[in-house]
Amino acid sequence: MTSRRNDRAAGIGSRAVQVGFLVAVFILWYLATTRWGVNRLLLPNPISVWHQLLDVLRTGEYLPDLRVTLTELAAAFLLATTSGTVVGYFVSRTRYTIRVFDPLFAGIYSIPIILFLPLYVLFFGLGPASKIALGTTISFFPIVINTIAGFGNVDRTLVTAARSMGASDYQLFRYVLLPAALPVILTGLRMGFTVALLSIIGSETIASLAGLGHHIVELAEGMDMSRMFAYIAFVVMIAAILNGAVSYLEARGRRRG
Amino acid sequence: MTSGDVAVRIKGVSHQFGEAGEAQHVRALLDTSIDIARGELLCLIGPSGCGKSTLLNVMGGLMTPTSGAVEVAGKPVRGPRPHDIAFVFQEHALFPWNTVDENVRLGMLFQGVPKAEHEPRARKSLEAVGLAEFANHYPGQLSGGMRQRAALARALSLETGILLMDEPFGALDEQTRMILGEDLSVLLARTEKTIVFVTHSLGEAVFLADRVAVFTARPGTIKKIIRVDEPHPRKPEFVTSEKFTELRNELYALLHDEIRKTVSESARAREGM
Repeated sequence: MTSRRNDRAAGIGSRAVQVGFLVAVFILWYLATTRWGVNRLLLPNPISVWHQLLDVLRTGEYLPDLRVTLTELAAAFLLATTSGTVVGYFVSRTRYTIRVFDPLFAGIYSIPIILFLPLYVLFFGLGPASKIALGTTISFFPIVINTIAGFGNVDRTLVTAARSMGASDYQLFRYVLLPAALPVILTGLRMGFTVALLSIIGSETIASLAGLGHHIVELAEGMDMSRMFAYIAFVVMIAAILNGAVSYLEARGRRRG
Repeated sequence: MTSGDVAVRIKGVSHQFGEAGEAQHVRALLDTSIDIARGELLCLIGPSGCGKSTLLNVMGGLMTPTSGAVEVAGKPVRGPRPHDIAFVFQEHALFPWNTVDENVRLGMLFQGVPKAEHEPRARKSLEAVGLAEFANHYPGQLSGGMRQRAALARALSLETGILLMDEPFGALDEQTRMILGEDLSVLLARTEKTIVFVTHSLGEAVFLADRVAVFTARPGTIKKIIRVDEPHPRKPEFVTSEKFTELRNELYALLHDEIRKTVSESARAREGM
């Protein structure tokens, strides 16, 4: 009993420290702009950023860029999920293909694929296609690696038991392999989603014609610093909501599985 | 024994893993033959690595022997025979993401039992093993002994003539396996199934079996078959009877030399490395 109370007290304590840290950052930010004379072009006043954020939300001017970014994200994630799970499943079928492809994918996963952005722009142009292609490539690897791990590590006894009871290939997949692999695959999907979001917004800031990342760079180039900060805050909100939703779906899928 | 009374006929089965000359090459079974009568409970006992589990897998069609053949009901076994043979494995092999009830039903779905029969058969087999109240529990919520009961219920629901059990109580503590053994004897006396039961435990073999096949050290073959003339269901008092002790001692004497051989061989193999 006491230990649980202590845990809860510690939980509240650490939450208080986290909130306190954020409040302190804002206070320092405010003081830097009002008292310590930091150039407003480098660091706008947080209160004017807040007003700009409310204005952005009220006017709904973000909608065209948000639509571009979300469409790119949805297309990239869908392509990576389909290709990653299908390729992962077939690689996981034999020990030989696992031994060949697993280290290969893990190796490619560890290099910063964003380096190839100029190549993607050359191939697919400045529009959404290059963002979709890059996002697909980057999120393919965590998905395929986790799919191989999920299907490759199914307890052999369960497979033997199902076979001994007469399970068909389809039944074996549907009732044994899939539920056994699902938790690991879902983790791969969540990781894939996160890196797709990062890489798409990132590449929009580097080379693009539209999208949230593109808009932020436009504002920076126009020296509209308060508005740019407001947009960054907006994108952080969107990313937090999306990642929260994906984590929630992952947890739900795990319970089902 | 006329061929109509034979449930499983094993003819000159040998099995080796890997090819001769390879590092992993193991001769597990050597020219083993035995006829298992309908309704009989046969225990296989022997030192570890003597091929008892291999023989069980060969019988169930999960493994193709290097040479020799197995016949079930007069027909050669070439793959799993879900309508004739059910398994209970050493590690219960229940699907952890399904409840006990779902596990039992899944077995019937795999075997092709009509949907309408799933519910009554699942209830019947769970009652038979005393798990009716735990039908909606997940395997992770049950004790080791209860999980093995659930695995047995799944096998019983398939209503096969033959039940192959690979050290089903091997991972359980002595007291739990004693109780499960008694329950199994009662249960199986009613069902008239043919059962092959692999075990390490001398007491378990004598308590359960109609016949005990004692294996030699690797490559394993049947050294001697001991008959246990005691009607099923076996009473707990049987364990303390003189007959039980004599049979157990006889088994011990037969096994002792083989276990010694296995131990000294593995010590030699380690020196050679």
